[in-house]
Parts: sequence; C-alpha cells; structure tokens
Amino acid sequence: MIKKVTMFASLALVLGLHSALGGDITGKVTLKGAPPAEVNLPFDALCKRTVKPGVTPTTRFYAADASGGLADVFVYLKKAPATPTPSEAAVLDQVSCEYSPYVVGAQVGQTILVKNSDPVLHNVHPTPKVSGNKEHNKAQLPKGPALSFSWDNPELFLRFKCDVHPWMFAYVGLVEHSYFAVTKEDGTFTIKNIPAGDYEIEAVHRKTHPNGKGIVSKVTVGADGGQADFVVDISK
Amino acid sequence: MNTELNHPLPSTSFRLFAFAICLVTWFLIGVGGVVTSHGVGMAVPDWPNTYGYNMFYFPFSQWIGGIFWEHSHRLVASLVGLMTLILTIWSQGVGGRKLLRYVLFPLALLVSCLILVRVEQNAMQHISITGGVAMVSLVCSFFWPRMPAASPLVRRLCWLALLLVIVQGLLGGLRVTLYKDEIGIFHATLAQLFLVLMVVLAFSSSRAWSNWKQVSNEALAPARLFSWLMCFCCVLTVAQLALGAFMRHEHAGLAVTGFPLAYDSHLWPPISAEFVDQLNVQRIDHREFDPITVLHVKVHMFHRLMALILFLSGVSMVIWSYKRFGSRHPLSKLCIVWFGLLCLQVLLGAATVWSNKAADIATVHVLIGALTLAHGSFMVLAARRSVYLAVQAAERDTLDRVSHEGLNQVGISSASL
Repeated sequence: MIKKVTMFASLALVLGLHSALGGDITGKVTLKGAPPAEVNLPFDALCKRTVKPGVTPTTRFYAADASGGLADVFVYLKKAPATPTPSEAAVLDQVSCEYSPYVVGAQVGQTILVKNSDPVLHNVHPTPKVSGNKEHNKAQLPKGPALSFSWDNPELFLRFKCDVHPWMFAYVGLVEHSYFAVTKEDGTFTIKNIPAGDYEIEAVHRKTHPNGKGIVSKVTVGADGGQADFVVDISK
Repeated sequence: MNTELNHPLPSTSFRLFAFAICLVTWFLIGVGGVVTSHGVGMAVPDWPNTYGYNMFYFPFSQWIGGIFWEHSHRLVASLVGLMTLILTIWSQGVGGRKLLRYVLFPLALLVSCLILVRVEQNAMQHISITGGVAMVSLVCSFFWPRMPAASPLVRRLCWLALLLVIVQGLLGGLRVTLYKDEIGIFHATLAQLFLVLMVVLAFSSSRAWSNWKQVSNEALAPARLFSWLMCFCCVLTVAQLALGAFMRHEHAGLAVTGFPLAYDSHLWPPISAEFVDQLNVQRIDHREFDPITVLHVKVHMFHRLMALILFLSGVSMVIWSYKRFGSRHPLSKLCIVWFGLLCLQVLLGAATVWSNKAADIATVHVLIGALTLAHGSFMVLAARRSVYLAVQAAERDTLDRVSHEGLNQVGISSASL
C-alpha cells in the first residue's frame, strides 16, 4: 500500500514539475507576397578572394525558402520571468566579408563575441539606438582576437556594421530574458524551457517591421509546450 | 581715406597660393562627399591617429575599402590646414619671422615634449612630425623674406581662416570619437562656409580687388540692391546645403524616389507613417540604410522646394541684372555663370534621385553645390566692391571739387599749383 502511495505521489510530483516547467514554443514564420529582389554586394578585390568560386554574395533582407519560410526573424516573449544571464557568449563571426549569422539573439548583460575569420582587416562598429546602450568602434586585425561587447538595455536589432566594407551588417536582438529565438532557413523556431503559463509572443522582422513593432500573438504553454505561427504579409 | 586702396598688393605667389587653397578646399569637400556617399566616415575608428599609427605613417598597403577614402580625407584636410597656416604667416610679412620663432617653434617643441612624456604608442612617429615642424619653423624664421605685410583686411581674414580650419578639424575628429551624426552635419556645412571665406580671401588679395570695375552713379542703387538680393540667395543656398547635409548624414538613403514627381506619381507625397512603412518594406540597398521616417520625407521634399525657389531666384536675377546693368556688365556675366551652376545643380539633383543616390553623382552634386555658394558669395562681394569703389570715387571727386572751388575763392588757380 505504502509502495503504491509513494509511486502515485512521485508520478504526481513529476507531472506537477513538468507542468510548472512548461515546455518549448515551436512555430514557423511564413512570408506572404513576393519580396523585392535582393541586390549583389559590391565586394572589392580583397573580399572577392575570400568568397568561394561561383558564389555571388547578395543582400539578405528577405531570406525565404520555397515554402515561404522566412529566416532571420527574431521571436521573443514580450513579458516573461527573469532568467539569469547566460555565461556563454552569443557569437558573431566575420566570414567572407559578411557577418554570420545575420541576426542573432542575446540577453541583456550577456557577452556578444565578435570574431574575425577573414584574412582581411575589419572595423567592428555596433550602433545602438536605445539610450544607455553605448556605441563602439574597434579595429579587428585579420584573424585577430575576438572582441567582446555587452549592453544593459533591451534593443531589437542592435546593428553591427563594418565601415571598411560598407555592405557588412549584422543585427542583435537584445531582450531581458532568455526566451527568444531566431528563425532558421525554413522559417521555423523553437524557444526552449518556458514555464507553463499564458504569454504574448512577438515576431519581428527587421525589414518588414522597421519601427520595431512586429506581429504579436497569444500562446499558452502547457506540459506539451506551445505553438505559435506567424505570417508576414507584404502582398498589400 | 581708405587704407585698403593704398595698401600694396600682395605678391603674385601669395595670390596664387590663396587661390590654390580654394581649389584644394573644394577638392577636400569632394573627398568628404565621397566618404559620406559611401557611408565610410567611421572606417578609421581612432582620431587623430589612424589605426594606432600617426596618420602620416599609416602604411599604404592598409588603405583598403572605406579606409582609403576616410584616410585620404584626413590627409587632404591636413594639407588644407597646413596651407592655411602658411598663408596666415605669409600675410604677416616680415612679422612672420616672429610668429615662426616665438609662437610656432615653442608650441611644436612643447607638443613634442608632451608626446614624449604622455604618449606610449608610436611616440617617435608623432615626435618626428611635431619635432620636424619645430625645426622647420626655427630655420625658416631666419630666412623668412623681409616683405611687407598684407592689408589689414587680408590679415584678419587669414586669422579667421586659420581659426575656422582648426575648428573644422576638431569637429571632424569629434564626429569620429563621439559618434555624433549631428556633428557631421555641422562639419559639412562649415566646410562650405570655409570655402566661401577662402574665396573672399583670394578675391580680396587679388589684383582684381583693386582694379574692380566700379558702377556708374546711375547704377549705384541697383548694384547695392543686387548685392543684397544675392546675399539673400546665398543665405538660401547655405540653408539648402545644410538640408542636403542633414539628408546625407542621417544615413537613411534616398527618402523620396522619382523626379520630377515624387515616387513617380505625386506632386507632394502622402506623408504618413503607414506610407513610409510601406516604402521601407520595398527598399533594397546593400548599404542597409536606417529606415526612412516621415521627417526624412519632409526634409527631402523641402530640399526640392528650396531648389525650385533658388532656380526661380536665378531666373529673376539674370533678367533683372540684364535690364539694370546690360549684358556686358561684369555683374550680369557673373549672374549668368551662377544661373548656369544652378541649372547644373538641379540636373545633378535629379540625377542623384534617378540613380538612387549613386555615390559618384551624389558627390558631384555636393561639389557643384559648394561651387554655387562660393560663386554666389563672390558675386555679393563683387557687387559690394563695385558700389564701394564708386562711392569712394564720388567722395574723391567731391573733395577735389570742394578744394578746387576753395582755391578759386582765394584767387589761386589750379593751373598755378
């Protein structure tokens, strides 16, 4: 009898904990409508040498696949419980005279590490717009040591640029917690380990939401997580 | 009595040097324009150094991408600063010796000592430059020619130019170190005013300054009015250039496409946040400009409106000057050239829109804008000079007549004198 009660209690505890922990939010961002054509990047002779033969680098405003899955969309919970600052850094690399990835997420206070894998000199120039986030401009030698940055205020799409190669850009979505994700090439995303509850979730695309106001949706996270899909409509 | 009229004319080499500064300044505005057009103003993160080097030691192999333009801009700016300093010392005549020996030499020596004590990185590079300036100043102070000083007006203008070029250099540096676009706008506008000052300086030290054609007594009042009208046009031009500088230094790209109609369909576009959002969605440019705002659209449209006002002013000024002075008068001829520049500038403005703000066309647009302002300012000065010389001549005639009549009254004929 005692054994049965213990088993039942354990099961209830596990279920309760799982419910309290919640789960993951998954979803997809789809682009509706035909985006304008991307343009070629005007690489100089030095940068051309870093690109694989046959590859023509272009702008990356609308990275959508055949099914309309839109990449590089920053998805995050609008109001979420505080989380400790991650000890691992968010990484931006400079490869073939382009930033990789194009969009990355980070928590305020988290270290953002900028590497230079290129055999070319770059200057790393983050240009925050939110008051209190400081602008920097640092030189980075070819394959030189990584530079680290950190900001204390949330800012969607904090821009990194290289003025030596004025087509190089990357954007960092800075929020106050760790419940965010950036959509992959097929437009899908997963925000992990969200406590159970009701949330507002926002998907922001840098180009289609220039004022930083994205698409907001409500989502309930239960034991099985939650689902949130978005459609970015540029057909109008 | 006018001291300017009696003062000896500066030497030919001085006049040519002043003119050369005008040309180099104009070229510098062009290089600055290229820097902004390409969006590479921050390609060199430090100032006054270049990637840790003294700027004159920065290896040419490192002049890559945007660094080439920004570093070139700094070097040409240094050249303009040096030339202005030389002109200022030159304008002092033999007094230049004292300036070199008792001001520039100790100053350069002091800076060298400070670098030795305070600067750790590449100190010898800096000292070789400042120490070189100290040595050259000292040596030159012994061999500086014993020539007369330029007129007080020219000397004052030289000092003002030196002050302005230093302020301009500091503003350029602060733009880089403080990350302020607003400073860039002011820096760009001040550059135009510096060019105007150099044109004034070159003209006031030229042979034409003394020999300028004075207007007849009948044309005195129209010439005076002409100078005021042109002065007003120059103020409008400065405002127009400041608007242009604002648009360029906002780094938001071309806010309004299509010319002569905005977006190829509107005389005046529907300026609303929704409309601007739609524009931002469709804009694709490798320079990844900041999103345009309602303010950008308004400023752009106001720039076009100002261009129209200036163009109509140009037409009116040409017609008016031809009627008042005739086609052969220098003021009429100058007015035609100014109007030609205005027309060219309007065309370049249109080409800038049609080419989606291509860097080379936008830069030529900046250069011709600077030339239009410089020429307009020259016209103001020329008109004022014509009036001034006419008034001086009239006063001299009156004095001569009065003295002649006075002599007659006391019974002495002018012939006997």
